[in-house]
Amino acid sequence: MSRVHVTCTINGDPAEFLCDGGQTLLDALRDEAGLTGAKEGCGTGDCGACSVVMDGRLLCSCLVLAPEAEGATISTVEGMAAGDDLHPLQQCFLEGAALQCGVCTPGFLVAAKALLDRNPDPTETEVRYGLAGNLCRCTGYDKIVRSVLAAAQTVNES
Amino acid sequence: MLSAMKYASPTTVAEAVDLLGAEPDARVYAGATDLIPQIRAGRPEPAVMVDLKRIERLCAIARRGSTYTVGAATPTADICAHDGLAAAFPGLVEASGLIGSDQIQSRSSWGGNLANASPAADTPPSLIVNEARAVIAGPAGERTVAASAVATGPGATSLSGGEFIVEFELDEPPARTADAYLRLIPRTEMDIAVVGAAARITLDAAGTVAAAAVALGAVAPTVVRVPDAEVALIGRRPSGDALVAVEAAAAAAANPIDDKRGTAAYRRQVAGVLARRAVAIAAERASQPGEQS
Repeated sequence: MSRVHVTCTINGDPAEFLCDGGQTLLDALRDEAGLTGAKEGCGTGDCGACSVVMDGRLLCSCLVLAPEAEGATISTVEGMAAGDDLHPLQQCFLEGAALQCGVCTPGFLVAAKALLDRNPDPTETEVRYGLAGNLCRCTGYDKIVRSVLAAAQTVNES
Repeated sequence: MLSAMKYASPTTVAEAVDLLGAEPDARVYAGATDLIPQIRAGRPEPAVMVDLKRIERLCAIARRGSTYTVGAATPTADICAHDGLAAAFPGLVEASGLIGSDQIQSRSSWGGNLANASPAADTPPSLIVNEARAVIAGPAGERTVAASAVATGPGATSLSGGEFIVEFELDEPPARTADAYLRLIPRTEMDIAVVGAAARITLDAAGTVAAAAVALGAVAPTVVRVPDAEVALIGRRPSGDALVAVEAAAAAAANPIDDKRGTAAYRRQVAGVLARRAVAIAAERASQPGEQS
Protein backbone atom coordinates (compact mmCIF):
# COMPACT_ATOMS: atom_id res chain seq x y z
CA MET A 1 0.00 0.00 0.00
CA SER A 2 1.34 3.41 -0.89
CA ARG A 3 2.45 5.61 1.94
CA VAL A 4 1.43 9.21 2.47
CA HIS A 5 4.02 11.94 2.05
CA VAL A 6 3.63 14.67 4.66
CA THR A 7 5.36 18.05 4.55
CA CYS A 8 5.15 20.17 7.67
CA THR A 9 7.12 22.34 10.08
CA ILE A 10 8.38 20.75 13.28
CA ASN A 11 9.96 22.93 15.97
CA GLY A 12 10.58 25.68 13.45
CA ASP A 13 12.30 23.50 10.87
CA PRO A 14 10.84 22.21 7.62
CA ALA A 15 10.19 18.49 7.91
CA GLU A 16 8.84 15.70 5.77
CA PHE A 17 8.08 12.08 6.40
CA LEU A 18 6.27 9.11 4.92
CA CYS A 19 3.46 7.57 6.96
CA ASP A 20 0.58 5.15 6.65
CA GLY A 21 -2.93 6.53 6.34
CA GLY A 22 -3.98 5.11 9.67
CA GLN A 23 -0.78 5.83 11.55
CA THR A 24 -1.07 8.24 14.44
CA LEU A 25 0.87 11.47 14.56
CA LEU A 26 2.53 10.15 17.71
CA ASP A 27 3.85 7.09 15.90
CA ALA A 28 4.96 9.18 12.92
CA LEU A 29 6.82 11.65 15.15
CA ARG A 30 8.56 8.83 16.98
CA ASP A 31 9.13 6.28 14.23
CA GLU A 32 9.33 8.36 11.05
CA ALA A 33 10.63 11.75 12.23
CA GLY A 34 12.85 10.34 14.99
CA LEU A 35 11.40 12.59 17.69
CA THR A 36 10.89 10.30 20.66
CA GLY A 37 10.11 12.97 23.27
CA ALA A 38 6.34 12.48 23.04
CA LYS A 39 5.43 9.22 24.72
CA GLU A 40 2.63 6.72 24.35
CA GLY A 41 0.95 6.20 27.69
CA CYS A 42 -2.68 5.19 27.24
CA GLY A 43 -3.16 5.64 23.51
CA THR A 44 -6.70 6.87 24.15
CA GLY A 45 -6.32 10.56 24.97
CA ASP A 46 -6.55 10.21 28.74
CA CYS A 47 -2.95 10.59 29.94
CA GLY A 48 -1.45 13.42 27.88
CA ALA A 49 2.04 11.86 27.64
CA CYS A 50 1.87 12.36 23.86
CA SER A 51 0.94 16.06 24.05
CA VAL A 52 2.17 18.26 21.22
CA VAL A 53 0.99 21.58 19.79
CA MET A 54 -0.27 21.54 16.21
CA ASP A 55 -1.27 24.80 14.52
CA GLY A 56 -1.52 26.48 17.90
CA ARG A 57 -3.66 23.79 19.49
CA LEU A 58 -2.51 21.55 22.34
CA LEU A 59 -3.58 18.00 21.54
CA CYS A 60 -2.91 14.34 22.14
CA SER A 61 -0.87 13.16 19.16
CA CYS A 62 -2.15 9.61 19.75
CA LEU A 63 -5.61 10.81 18.63
CA VAL A 64 -4.38 12.56 15.47
CA LEU A 65 -3.83 10.72 12.22
CA ALA A 66 -0.38 11.51 10.84
CA PRO A 67 -1.60 12.67 7.40
CA GLU A 68 -3.50 15.47 9.17
CA ALA A 69 -0.10 17.08 9.76
CA GLU A 70 0.20 18.02 6.07
CA GLY A 71 1.01 21.74 5.99
CA ALA A 72 0.84 22.01 9.78
CA THR A 73 3.18 23.67 12.25
CA ILE A 74 4.04 21.32 15.10
CA SER A 75 5.86 21.97 18.37
CA THR A 76 7.17 19.12 20.49
CA VAL A 77 9.17 18.96 23.70
CA GLU A 78 12.34 18.75 21.61
CA GLY A 79 11.78 22.37 20.55
CA MET A 80 11.42 23.86 24.01
CA ALA A 81 15.08 24.43 24.92
CA ALA A 82 17.06 27.04 22.99
CA GLY A 83 20.22 25.09 22.30
CA ASP A 84 21.76 24.34 25.68
CA ASP A 85 19.49 26.81 27.46
CA LEU A 86 16.57 25.03 29.02
CA HIS A 87 13.13 26.60 28.88
CA PRO A 88 12.19 28.05 32.31
CA LEU A 89 9.63 25.25 32.69
CA GLN A 90 12.31 22.62 32.14
CA GLN A 91 14.67 24.37 34.57
CA CYS A 92 11.97 24.68 37.21
CA PHE A 93 10.95 21.02 36.76
CA LEU A 94 14.58 20.05 37.41
CA GLU A 95 14.99 22.34 40.39
CA GLY A 96 11.59 21.44 41.82
CA ALA A 97 12.06 17.69 41.38
CA ALA A 98 8.84 17.62 39.39
CA LEU A 99 9.59 14.23 37.90
CA GLN A 100 10.51 10.76 38.98
CA CYS A 101 10.27 8.16 36.21
CA GLY A 102 9.94 10.92 33.60
CA VAL A 103 7.54 9.28 31.15
CA CYS A 104 4.86 11.91 31.66
CA THR A 105 7.32 14.83 31.76
CA PRO A 106 7.44 15.74 28.04
CA GLY A 107 3.65 15.90 27.96
CA PHE A 108 3.50 17.99 31.12
CA LEU A 109 6.11 20.39 29.76
CA VAL A 110 4.31 20.84 26.44
CA ALA A 111 0.93 21.25 28.14
CA ALA A 112 2.35 23.64 30.74
CA LYS A 113 3.96 25.76 28.03
CA ALA A 114 0.63 25.90 26.16
CA LEU A 115 -1.03 26.95 29.42
CA LEU A 116 1.51 29.72 30.14
CA ASP A 117 1.40 30.92 26.53
CA ARG A 118 -2.34 31.42 26.97
CA ASN A 119 -2.33 32.50 30.61
CA PRO A 120 1.08 33.81 31.72
CA ASP A 121 0.10 34.26 35.36
CA PRO A 122 -2.16 31.37 36.32
CA THR A 123 -3.47 30.62 39.78
CA GLU A 124 -2.77 27.23 41.32
CA THR A 125 -6.34 26.20 40.52
CA GLU A 126 -5.90 27.23 36.89
CA VAL A 127 -2.69 25.19 36.68
CA ARG A 128 -4.41 22.14 38.14
CA TYR A 129 -7.34 22.42 35.71
CA GLY A 130 -5.04 23.29 32.82
CA LEU A 131 -2.99 20.15 33.41
CA ALA A 132 -5.95 17.87 34.15
CA GLY A 133 -5.32 16.13 30.84
CA ASN A 134 -1.88 14.96 31.96
CA LEU A 135 -1.47 12.04 34.31
CA CYS A 136 1.55 11.38 36.54
CA ARG A 137 1.71 8.21 38.62
CA CYS A 138 4.87 9.19 40.55
CA THR A 139 4.91 12.70 41.91
CA GLY A 140 1.46 13.26 43.33
CA TYR A 141 1.31 16.40 41.12
CA ASP A 142 2.19 18.90 43.82
CA LYS A 143 5.79 19.39 42.72
CA ILE A 144 4.66 19.70 39.12
CA VAL A 145 2.11 22.38 39.98
CA ARG A 146 4.61 24.29 42.11
CA SER A 147 7.22 24.08 39.36
CA VAL A 148 4.81 25.46 36.78
CA LEU A 149 3.94 28.34 39.12
CA ALA A 150 7.65 28.99 39.69
CA ALA A 151 8.28 28.98 35.93
CA ALA A 152 5.46 31.45 35.41
CA GLN A 153 7.10 33.76 37.93
CA THR A 154 10.49 33.38 36.21
CA VAL A 155 9.02 34.16 32.79
CA ASN A 156 7.09 37.15 34.08
CA GLU A 157 10.12 38.62 35.86
CA SER A 158 12.46 38.26 32.90
CA MET B 1 -1.61 -0.24 14.49
CA LEU B 2 -4.35 1.49 12.58
CA SER B 3 -2.08 1.30 9.59
CA ALA B 4 -4.38 -0.54 7.20
CA MET B 5 -6.70 2.45 6.94
CA LYS B 6 -6.56 5.02 4.19
CA TYR B 7 -6.89 8.72 4.94
CA ALA B 8 -8.94 11.21 2.96
CA SER B 9 -9.37 14.94 3.56
CA PRO B 10 -12.06 16.37 1.30
CA THR B 11 -12.33 20.15 1.11
CA THR B 12 -16.01 20.39 0.17
CA VAL B 13 -19.20 18.74 1.41
CA ALA B 14 -19.86 17.38 -2.11
CA GLU B 15 -16.43 15.78 -2.24
CA ALA B 16 -17.02 14.12 1.13
CA VAL B 17 -20.42 12.80 -0.01
CA ASP B 18 -18.79 11.35 -3.15
CA LEU B 19 -16.05 9.69 -1.08
CA LEU B 20 -18.60 8.08 1.22
CA GLY B 21 -20.66 6.97 -1.78
CA ALA B 22 -17.64 5.33 -3.39
CA GLU B 23 -16.56 3.44 -0.25
CA PRO B 24 -19.37 2.17 2.00
CA ASP B 25 -16.80 1.22 4.64
CA ALA B 26 -15.56 4.80 5.05
CA ARG B 27 -16.04 6.65 8.34
CA VAL B 28 -16.17 10.40 8.77
CA TYR B 29 -14.49 11.94 11.77
CA ALA B 30 -13.80 15.33 13.31
CA GLY B 31 -11.55 15.01 16.35
CA ALA B 32 -11.47 11.20 16.46
CA THR B 33 -11.39 11.44 20.27
CA ASP B 34 -14.02 8.69 20.44
CA LEU B 35 -13.32 6.90 17.17
CA ILE B 36 -9.60 6.11 17.58
CA PRO B 37 -10.03 4.73 21.13
CA GLN B 38 -12.97 2.62 19.86
CA ILE B 39 -10.82 1.17 17.07
CA ARG B 40 -8.00 0.51 19.52
CA ALA B 41 -10.49 -1.26 21.78
CA GLY B 42 -11.32 -3.68 18.99
CA ARG B 43 -13.98 -2.12 16.76
CA PRO B 44 -13.38 -2.97 13.10
CA GLU B 45 -11.14 -0.50 11.30
CA PRO B 46 -12.94 1.42 8.57
CA ALA B 47 -11.35 1.18 5.12
CA VAL B 48 -11.06 4.96 4.89
CA MET B 49 -10.95 7.64 7.56
CA VAL B 50 -12.57 10.76 6.12
CA ASP B 51 -11.28 13.85 7.94
CA LEU B 52 -13.97 16.54 7.80
CA LYS B 53 -11.88 19.35 9.26
CA ARG B 54 -10.52 20.62 5.92
CA ILE B 55 -14.05 21.54 4.84
CA GLU B 56 -14.44 25.19 5.74
CA ARG B 57 -18.15 24.92 6.49
CA LEU B 58 -17.55 22.13 9.01
CA CYS B 59 -15.34 24.36 11.18
CA ALA B 60 -17.03 27.75 10.84
CA ILE B 61 -19.07 29.72 13.36
CA ALA B 62 -21.33 32.27 11.69
CA ARG B 63 -24.45 34.28 12.35
CA ARG B 64 -26.96 34.83 9.57
CA GLY B 65 -29.79 37.09 10.65
CA SER B 66 -31.06 35.69 13.92
CA THR B 67 -29.58 32.21 13.38
CA TYR B 68 -26.18 30.94 14.42
CA THR B 69 -24.56 28.20 12.38
CA VAL B 70 -21.79 26.16 13.97
CA GLY B 71 -19.82 23.69 11.88
CA ALA B 72 -20.19 20.13 13.14
CA ALA B 73 -16.41 19.65 13.42
CA THR B 74 -15.68 23.03 15.08
CA PRO B 75 -13.42 22.36 18.08
CA THR B 76 -15.23 22.97 21.35
CA ALA B 77 -12.26 25.17 22.36
CA ASP B 78 -13.35 27.58 19.59
CA ILE B 79 -16.98 27.39 20.69
CA CYS B 80 -15.97 28.26 24.28
CA ALA B 81 -13.94 31.23 23.03
CA HIS B 82 -16.86 32.65 21.01
CA ASP B 83 -18.39 35.58 22.86
CA GLY B 84 -21.65 35.60 20.88
CA LEU B 85 -22.37 31.94 21.57
CA ALA B 86 -21.37 32.27 25.22
CA ALA B 87 -23.78 35.18 25.69
CA ALA B 88 -26.70 33.56 23.85
CA PHE B 89 -26.25 29.96 25.05
CA PRO B 90 -24.24 30.01 28.29
CA GLY B 91 -25.31 26.51 29.33
CA LEU B 92 -24.55 24.97 25.96
CA VAL B 93 -21.12 26.59 25.96
CA GLU B 94 -20.47 25.35 29.51
CA ALA B 95 -21.45 21.84 28.46
CA SER B 96 -19.07 22.11 25.50
CA GLY B 97 -16.21 23.12 27.81
CA LEU B 98 -16.78 20.15 30.09
CA ILE B 99 -15.72 17.61 27.45
CA GLY B 100 -12.32 16.20 28.42
CA SER B 101 -9.05 18.02 28.93
CA ASP B 102 -7.58 21.02 27.11
CA GLN B 103 -6.03 18.49 24.73
CA ILE B 104 -9.44 16.99 23.98
CA GLN B 105 -11.04 20.45 23.72
CA SER B 106 -8.78 21.10 20.73
CA ARG B 107 -10.49 18.23 18.90
CA SER B 108 -13.93 17.53 20.38
CA SER B 109 -16.97 18.83 18.50
CA TRP B 110 -20.75 19.00 18.68
CA GLY B 111 -21.05 16.81 15.59
CA GLY B 112 -18.86 14.11 17.05
CA ASN B 113 -20.45 14.35 20.47
CA LEU B 114 -23.93 13.89 18.97
CA ALA B 115 -23.11 11.33 16.26
CA ASN B 116 -21.04 9.15 18.61
CA ALA B 117 -24.37 8.78 20.44
CA SER B 118 -23.02 8.10 23.90
CA PRO B 119 -25.94 8.34 26.37
CA ALA B 120 -23.61 10.32 28.68
CA ALA B 121 -22.54 12.94 26.10
CA ASP B 122 -22.50 16.43 27.59
CA THR B 123 -23.68 18.66 24.74
CA PRO B 124 -26.80 16.87 23.40
CA PRO B 125 -29.08 17.82 26.34
CA SER B 126 -28.11 21.47 25.88
CA LEU B 127 -28.42 21.33 22.08
CA ILE B 128 -31.90 19.88 22.56
CA VAL B 129 -33.22 22.44 25.09
CA ASN B 130 -32.01 25.16 22.71
CA GLU B 131 -33.89 23.48 19.84
CA ALA B 132 -30.74 23.11 17.76
CA ARG B 133 -31.16 21.72 14.26
CA ALA B 134 -28.64 19.46 12.55
CA VAL B 135 -28.00 19.98 8.84
CA ILE B 136 -27.19 16.57 7.40
CA ALA B 137 -25.55 15.94 4.02
CA GLY B 138 -25.81 12.72 2.08
CA PRO B 139 -26.29 11.22 -1.37
CA ALA B 140 -29.79 12.73 -1.60
CA GLY B 141 -28.60 16.25 -0.79
CA GLU B 142 -29.03 18.10 2.48
CA ARG B 143 -31.78 17.76 5.05
CA THR B 144 -32.35 19.51 8.35
CA VAL B 145 -33.62 17.69 11.44
CA ALA B 146 -34.00 18.50 15.12
CA ALA B 147 -30.83 17.64 17.05
CA SER B 148 -33.08 15.47 19.24
CA ALA B 149 -33.78 13.21 16.23
CA VAL B 150 -30.14 12.21 15.59
CA ALA B 151 -29.27 9.76 18.39
CA THR B 152 -31.59 6.73 18.58
CA GLY B 153 -29.75 4.61 21.15
CA PRO B 154 -26.27 3.96 22.53
CA GLY B 155 -23.94 4.27 19.54
CA ALA B 156 -26.88 4.37 17.12
CA THR B 157 -28.17 7.31 15.05
CA SER B 158 -30.84 8.06 12.48
CA LEU B 159 -28.14 8.96 9.93
CA SER B 160 -28.28 6.60 6.98
CA GLY B 161 -25.37 5.33 4.92
CA GLY B 162 -23.21 8.07 3.48
CA GLU B 163 -24.74 10.80 5.62
CA PHE B 164 -22.93 13.09 8.03
CA ILE B 165 -23.72 16.21 10.07
CA VAL B 166 -22.49 19.38 8.35
CA GLU B 167 -23.48 22.04 10.83
CA PHE B 168 -25.87 23.02 13.56
CA GLU B 169 -28.38 25.86 13.43
CA LEU B 170 -29.44 27.68 16.58
CA ASP B 171 -31.94 30.50 16.65
CA GLU B 172 -31.11 33.54 18.75
CA PRO B 173 -33.10 33.04 21.98
CA PRO B 174 -36.05 35.34 22.72
CA ALA B 175 -35.71 38.11 25.31
CA ARG B 176 -35.38 37.06 28.98
CA THR B 177 -34.17 33.59 27.99
CA ALA B 178 -31.14 31.65 29.22
CA ASP B 179 -29.95 28.09 29.60
CA ALA B 180 -27.80 26.14 32.06
CA TYR B 181 -26.15 22.72 32.17
CA LEU B 182 -24.97 20.78 35.20
CA ARG B 183 -23.42 17.36 35.41
CA LEU B 184 -22.28 15.12 38.21
CA ILE B 185 -18.97 13.31 37.96
CA PRO B 186 -17.06 11.66 40.82
CA ARG B 187 -14.09 14.02 40.39
CA THR B 188 -13.80 17.60 39.20
CA GLU B 189 -12.32 17.02 35.72
CA MET B 190 -11.77 14.37 33.07
CA ASP B 191 -14.71 12.09 33.70
CA ILE B 192 -17.95 11.04 32.09
CA ALA B 193 -21.33 12.23 33.35
CA VAL B 194 -23.13 10.12 35.93
CA VAL B 195 -26.06 12.45 35.27
CA GLY B 196 -26.34 15.60 33.14
CA ALA B 197 -29.18 18.11 33.23
CA ALA B 198 -29.89 20.99 30.85
CA ALA B 199 -32.59 23.63 31.23
CA ARG B 200 -33.68 26.63 29.24
CA ILE B 201 -36.08 29.16 30.68
CA THR B 202 -37.89 32.13 29.15
CA LEU B 203 -39.42 34.59 31.60
CA ASP B 204 -42.14 37.12 30.90
CA ALA B 205 -41.84 40.74 31.98
CA ALA B 206 -43.37 39.88 35.37
CA GLY B 207 -40.81 37.17 36.07
CA THR B 208 -43.03 34.13 35.57
CA VAL B 209 -42.00 31.34 33.27
CA ALA B 210 -43.26 31.76 29.71
CA ALA B 211 -41.40 28.81 28.20
CA ALA B 212 -39.31 26.00 29.64
CA ALA B 213 -37.27 23.07 28.37
CA VAL B 214 -35.60 20.46 30.57
CA ALA B 215 -33.51 17.54 29.29
CA LEU B 216 -31.46 14.86 31.04
CA GLY B 217 -28.36 12.99 29.90
CA ALA B 218 -26.85 9.69 31.08
CA VAL B 219 -30.10 8.42 32.59
CA ALA B 220 -31.54 6.60 29.56
CA PRO B 221 -30.39 5.25 26.17
CA THR B 222 -30.87 8.72 24.68
CA VAL B 223 -31.48 12.21 26.05
CA VAL B 224 -34.76 12.42 27.99
CA ARG B 225 -36.98 15.48 27.77
CA VAL B 226 -39.01 16.17 30.91
CA PRO B 227 -42.34 17.59 29.73
CA ASP B 228 -43.90 17.30 33.21
CA ALA B 229 -41.23 19.65 34.55
CA GLU B 230 -41.86 22.07 31.71
CA VAL B 231 -45.62 22.07 32.34
CA ALA B 232 -45.02 22.55 36.07
CA LEU B 233 -42.98 25.69 35.41
CA ILE B 234 -45.05 27.54 32.85
CA GLY B 235 -47.08 30.37 34.31
CA ARG B 236 -45.32 30.19 37.66
CA ARG B 237 -42.30 31.80 39.25
CA PRO B 238 -39.27 29.52 38.98
CA SER B 239 -38.95 28.96 42.71
CA GLY B 240 -40.51 27.13 45.64
CA ASP B 241 -43.17 24.60 44.72
CA ALA B 242 -42.45 24.87 41.01
CA LEU B 243 -38.87 23.74 41.58
CA VAL B 244 -40.04 20.92 43.85
CA ALA B 245 -42.27 19.77 40.99
CA VAL B 246 -39.32 19.98 38.56
CA GLU B 247 -37.22 17.76 40.82
CA ALA B 248 -39.97 15.16 41.14
CA ALA B 249 -40.71 15.19 37.41
CA ALA B 250 -37.05 14.79 36.44
CA ALA B 251 -36.52 11.92 38.87
CA ALA B 252 -39.62 10.23 37.49
CA ALA B 253 -38.55 10.76 33.86
CA ALA B 254 -35.09 9.28 34.40
CA ASN B 255 -34.76 5.67 33.32
CA PRO B 256 -31.19 4.88 34.34
CA ILE B 257 -29.14 1.72 34.62
CA ASP B 258 -26.85 0.47 37.37
CA ASP B 259 -23.23 0.62 36.31
CA LYS B 260 -19.80 1.39 37.73
CA ARG B 261 -20.54 5.12 37.71
CA GLY B 262 -23.64 4.92 39.86
CA THR B 263 -26.73 2.95 40.77
CA ALA B 264 -30.03 3.55 39.07
CA ALA B 265 -31.57 4.80 42.32
CA TYR B 266 -28.74 7.27 42.88
CA ARG B 267 -28.92 8.51 39.30
CA ARG B 268 -32.67 9.02 39.59
CA GLN B 269 -32.26 11.12 42.71
CA VAL B 270 -29.38 13.14 41.24
CA ALA B 271 -31.35 13.73 38.03
CA GLY B 272 -34.02 15.48 40.07
CA VAL B 273 -31.54 17.58 42.02
CA LEU B 274 -29.53 18.65 38.97
CA ALA B 275 -32.66 19.47 36.96
CA ARG B 276 -33.96 21.67 39.80
CA ARG B 277 -30.61 23.47 40.10
CA ALA B 278 -30.23 23.88 36.34
CA VAL B 279 -33.70 25.42 36.09
CA ALA B 280 -32.89 27.80 38.95
CA ILE B 281 -29.61 28.89 37.33
CA ALA B 282 -31.20 29.32 33.90
CA ALA B 283 -34.04 31.37 35.43
CA GLU B 284 -31.59 33.55 37.36
CA ARG B 285 -29.64 34.20 34.17
CA ALA B 286 -32.83 34.91 32.24
CA SER B 287 -33.78 37.54 34.82
CA GLN B 288 -30.55 39.46 34.28
CA PRO B 289 -30.50 41.74 31.23
CA GLY B 290 -26.69 41.49 31.15
CA GLU B 291 -26.95 37.84 30.20
CA GLN B 292 -28.85 38.64 27.03
CA SER B 293 -26.93 38.92 23.80
